Amino acid sequence: MNKSYIQNSFYEKTARNRIASIVDKNSFVEILKPGSMPTSPNLASLDITGSFDDGVIIGKATIKDNFVYIIAQEGQFMGGAVGEMHGAKIVGMLLKAIEEKPKAIVFFVDSGGVRLHEANAGLIAISEIMRAMLKVRNAGIPIITVIGGTNGAFGGMGISACLSTHIIMTEEGRLALSGPEVIETLKGVEEFDSKDRALVWRVTGGKTRYLLGHVQVLVEDDIDDITQEIIAALQLPVANVDLSYLQQQQDGLQQQYDQWFGKKDSLSIWQSMNINNPDSISMLSAEQVKAIKKG
Amino acid sequence: MQTQTVLAELFPNQLEYHIDNWVIRGSAETKVGKVEIIGTVDSAAINHAIAMTLANEVLKVIAEGKKTPIVFIVDTQGQDSSRADELLCLNRTFAHLAACVDLLRRNEHPNLAIILGEAVSGGFLSYGLMANQIFALQSSQVKVMDLNAMSRVTKIPLEKLQSLSQTSAIFAPGVENFYKMGAVDDIWVQLDEHLVANAIESQQSHLDDFLIDKRRHVAKERDGRLLCNEVVEAVLSA
Repeated sequence: MNKSYIQNSFYEKTARNRIASIVDKNSFVEILKPGSMPTSPNLASLDITGSFDDGVIIGKATIKDNFVYIIAQEGQFMGGAVGEMHGAKIVGMLLKAIEEKPKAIVFFVDSGGVRLHEANAGLIAISEIMRAMLKVRNAGIPIITVIGGTNGAFGGMGISACLSTHIIMTEEGRLALSGPEVIETLKGVEEFDSKDRALVWRVTGGKTRYLLGHVQVLVEDDIDDITQEIIAALQLPVANVDLSYLQQQQDGLQQQYDQWFGKKDSLSIWQSMNINNPDSISMLSAEQVKAIKKG
Repeated sequence: MQTQTVLAELFPNQLEYHIDNWVIRGSAETKVGKVEIIGTVDSAAINHAIAMTLANEVLKVIAEGKKTPIVFIVDTQGQDSSRADELLCLNRTFAHLAACVDLLRRNEHPNLAIILGEAVSGGFLSYGLMANQIFALQSSQVKVMDLNAMSRVTKIPLEKLQSLSQTSAIFAPGVENFYKMGAVDDIWVQLDEHLVANAIESQQSHLDDFLIDKRRHVAKERDGRLLCNEVVEAVLSA
């Protein structure tokens, strides 16, 4: 393990650098690139300086010669939150995939959810993204989502992310609905202490999501490892979202609920899964955690 | 308005339902036949149990294979924000519920949502906003967040948000704004027994059209969202 994770970190990179470091060299062709569209007039009316890409970069590229579409949210612009333009760029790219049939859509989710400054437009945009994602899946095109950015995937983007065919997640990435700060504000610090970083990761982080079967793959915060997992995911078949598939999902959700609902920390779930030394999991590498799950 | 009163006005014939754990489940006869009623009441905070029950009821109706119409009743304050729910990935269960409603559409069941009380963010996203059509009572509260809370989170002064909400449908709560933005199909002022049947009958004549999400076009026609359709079209033609 001589890799320098800082140097090769997905978490630390901007959305543009994440794309550049994962796709084949010079293969990325951006759609609606900077300068080709105006910045958001919705933000301008609130005296907020917009961004030339409205916080999301879309385009086409190849990954090890596989033709894919890329959608990458920029967490540094308004927390990657979804406003009217931001949402429309994602919806446009999803719908375009149905026409052009790339091998997959690779989605780097990094978002707190609806952009409150454009609340109604953002909420409806998320709903449009959800419908478009389901349409893409039904067209047989996989959506491979990577969650490993600074904002994780929360709110409406937490819901949308779970409509992907395949989720690759780092421990640092977080996946949930209400953020810990929101729960703390609503229900008090006893319910969720958002300053307790270890607890936040044990509830929303990649290791928990992977061990509980909420996502398919756990990976280190490392560009090469993430690229490898995307390539592996590209080889997988896409399940149809039909009645028997959803009935199976329903059974799985019910089983999870019956087994574990009411527990407030993953430590007690890991204990009931007969994992030895659950306390040590936070110190383990992605490989070691995967080895535990394989048994 | 009381759930009971509203349902009695909308479904005067053979209406039966029960309410358990904020979930309403029932059926009624209309001039286009039997409709199933599935939804939440009393401003439900939607948790795993509620979302799974709703999804299961939708799947059961699909499994019958009769293409029975479903009327969703929407009255939710949003998601139940608890650590126990988040630990088991509530957003994933919401995604599952949304996928079930989408399957209903693809399996040619007419379906519509009626906003009876509140329709707020996550709870609204997971089933109401996924339906073919949405109708809202004039008295209903549709929002992402109220202006006070929005002002706190965004650090934009309340007065500024209040003044902008006079001219922009983008952030102000309100059923009229969601109508302008293409998410609400119509606002019902007077209730009667024909409203639901007429909507279903009209859907049945062009069910395939609902496979295409037209909300961005409607939003443009109503001057609610001016950018989204243009941006989507620009991407499609790039």
